[in-house]
Amino acid sequence: MSRLALFLSALVVVLFLAALVIGPANLTITQSLKALVFGDGGPMTLVMREIRLPRAILGLLVGGALGLAGAAMQGYLRNPLADPGLIGVSGSAALGAVLSIQMGLAAALALALPLMALGGALVGVVLVLLLAGPRGSSLTLILAGIAISAFAGALTSLVLNLSPNPYAASEIIFWMMGSLADRSMVHVWIALPLIVIGAVLLSTLSRGLDALTLGEDAAEAMGINLTRLRLSLIFGTAAVVGASTAVAGAIGFVGLVVPHLLRPWVSARPGALLWASALGGAAMILASDILVRVVLPERDLKLGVVTALVGAPLFLHLIYRTRRWGA
Amino acid sequence: MNLLSLTDFAVKRSGKQVLQSVNLDIQPGELVGLIGPNGAGKTTLMRAALGLIPAQGRSSLTAMAARARGKAAAWMPQSREIAWPVDVETLIRLGRTPHLGAGQKPTDADAAAVERAIARMGLEGYRHRIATQLSGGEQARVLIARSLAQEAPLLMADEPTAGLDPAHQIATMQTFATLARSGQSVLVSLHDLGLAARHCTRLVMLHSGGIAADGAPRDVLTPDLIRAAFGISAHLQETPDGIIFQPLEVLS
Amino acid sequence: MPAGAVRPMSVSVQTSKLTLALGLAGALLGAPVTARDVPKRVVSMNLCTDQLAMLIGGQGQIVSVSQLAADPRSSAMVEQAKGYLTNHGRAEEIYLMQPDLVLAGTYTARATVRMLERLGINVVTFEITNSLDAIPEQMIQMGHVLGQEAKAAGLVAQFEATLAEYRADIANRPKAALYHANGYTSGDRSLAGEILTVAGFENIAASAGYAGGGVMPLEVLAMAQPEAVIQSAPYGGGSRAEEIMDHPVVAALRENGEAGGLTDHDWMCGTPFVLQAIADMTDLRTRIQEAAE
Repeated sequence: MSRLALFLSALVVVLFLAALVIGPANLTITQSLKALVFGDGGPMTLVMREIRLPRAILGLLVGGALGLAGAAMQGYLRNPLADPGLIGVSGSAALGAVLSIQMGLAAALALALPLMALGGALVGVVLVLLLAGPRGSSLTLILAGIAISAFAGALTSLVLNLSPNPYAASEIIFWMMGSLADRSMVHVWIALPLIVIGAVLLSTLSRGLDALTLGEDAAEAMGINLTRLRLSLIFGTAAVVGASTAVAGAIGFVGLVVPHLLRPWVSARPGALLWASALGGAAMILASDILVRVVLPERDLKLGVVTALVGAPLFLHLIYRTRRWGA
Repeated sequence: MNLLSLTDFAVKRSGKQVLQSVNLDIQPGELVGLIGPNGAGKTTLMRAALGLIPAQGRSSLTAMAARARGKAAAWMPQSREIAWPVDVETLIRLGRTPHLGAGQKPTDADAAAVERAIARMGLEGYRHRIATQLSGGEQARVLIARSLAQEAPLLMADEPTAGLDPAHQIATMQTFATLARSGQSVLVSLHDLGLAARHCTRLVMLHSGGIAADGAPRDVLTPDLIRAAFGISAHLQETPDGIIFQPLEVLS
Repeated sequence: MPAGAVRPMSVSVQTSKLTLALGLAGALLGAPVTARDVPKRVVSMNLCTDQLAMLIGGQGQIVSVSQLAADPRSSAMVEQAKGYLTNHGRAEEIYLMQPDLVLAGTYTARATVRMLERLGINVVTFEITNSLDAIPEQMIQMGHVLGQEAKAAGLVAQFEATLAEYRADIANRPKAALYHANGYTSGDRSLAGEILTVAGFENIAASAGYAGGGVMPLEVLAMAQPEAVIQSAPYGGGSRAEEIMDHPVVAALRENGEAGGLTDHDWMCGTPFVLQAIADMTDLRTRIQEAAE
């Protein structure tokens, strides 16, 4: 298992460095890294420190957050189809973020943006748990997700269309599909506190999720505090998904693909899957962001497009398997 | 020393008084069979004693903190759920959860407990098999091994023999009996009265919201009590191989 | 008035406008009536045709202009627009004004234009102005359409004379970039690009490979190190598209160079008001060159 940790960490480091040196400004690898570290005050330093560095850091944070949240929700709901995007948590977070921007709160107080996104995500998570609950059938879970996503998406579109700003109406694409383009260190500082707090909360779930393999009764009888577990899950997920969505839009399928791919490598233990999915999610988003910059550099291809191209076929495969083996 | 002590124990569900005035003490070395008709409250009694549902009165287990409770009693619920395709050894190791502090890695003592549980249930060859791919009987053995790994003095099991073939049913009860002889205690709820009669050292019959009888099998399985609680007639015979109990007719 | 609104016109342009107006008034009174039907009720549906029509139209000839003509962000003739009825580009509304000519742009809703034509109204469509040379052509076209050829010719002469004053040869051109929401830039072959060129700047979009305009990555902007970044004033409400204008890189470029200018209503249409934009940009360029010495 520590071999997996080494491999994933190395992968993330390599992708992080690649994300730093790939971009439209034609800089060689040595040039870019020297400009980043030593900083000669010229345009190269500006590009490296203010454009590429925040984008790479955000790729790391957002990917890690989404992978972690996906693994946590799957572990609690004991359902491999749980993913913050699919079950409507990202959509609700986007609604909260859009409301804070259009109501002017985000302009007044920088942290209003991630906090309102957290609020939106909180509503989404609580609704999912109320509607589907742990060990609810896959059908109920996905139906709840569809309902919440649809409602949140419609409200988001409405708010954007009511905006006096003519650009706002077409921004629904960014919020629904996500992008890391043109982000700055300001966005890093906005997202970082809540992602760290949420990640710490979610990391405390490790033992509880393992015990939940035997069901809620057995886990509770072994001394796991289910109420505290549930609260940590709700607030942890809302925090990491809210902060990520606030700065990068809703990016789906990371929380579905990464835990699914890594599960065999951690012997299906949900607790170990938490940190593995965090690393795997960071790798996936960094790789997707690099792909977006390499494949269609002139256009801002949304991250959500790439993750959906990978994730949707996998989702179809999982549904098919669920049908064959029963809920 | 009581492993479980219920005093004036009562449970209400959905406004209905399911159990009341329950007094029960379990000492070490007992294999207690909890019997009663459907809806008598067997599962409710065990879950309430563990603090999984609210109750009135006193239970020695709920008086403990959560982790101490996990070290005092091992609970095998009826649903026999295994949510993820983990291997057998990992599943059994989950039984050490009450012994592990936050963020603590399993120690040698934990590994030794797991080994003892594997040996006791004869699961040596199954160590690396995926638990969800085993047969019903094999899974039952694995789940018992998990409870054994917990090394709690009291083991509580809800219908552990349901759905198993006769060989597995008998093997399970014999495992429990061996545990009882070594000083632990086991509280099992059973529908199979014949199995209960043969293997249990003590029977507790639940009926009409309380304990109708509590004692040795031959004292509890009297025709009057059987008719009152289950509405059937039965044949009970003591043989050198143990008690034979066979339900016969439904009485109107 | 929103930030970045009109600064007072330079004196020479103001005076010549007044002269022009007086001269035209005299010319009109003595103008011969042409044989062709001069439209008497003209409705304009497009911001740019609004302004050209208000400049060139005769007394009482223009009945209505679009709502954008009264929007200070978009229109340089807000005060004049108050003297006309406002239309919102809807076919029934315009039909009820009983026009004999409707002026539209190429991007006016096709359905509305076709509806008006079906109702028997003459609709003349004007192209988008992409260069300074197109402005006199459009003014003459407008003059012809409105039957005000003499007035239009006078305005054209005035425009070209003033423009010639600006078209001096500049040796050291400071670098400038046009950078709007979503990272959109304009190349040399656009009205905005030509304004910059005439004002004496070098538009980095061309040398960076974006001669046709379009989305220019922030990195390319940073590497080009323009001395002036020309943006547009942000709209109310928030939007992610406009966040790029506050990006630290853009802010840094604004600090290192001059406080960059803002495009405003003078840049929007191919009207003589672009001369005001050219004047503003020339001032900016002069300030930059003086600061460099």
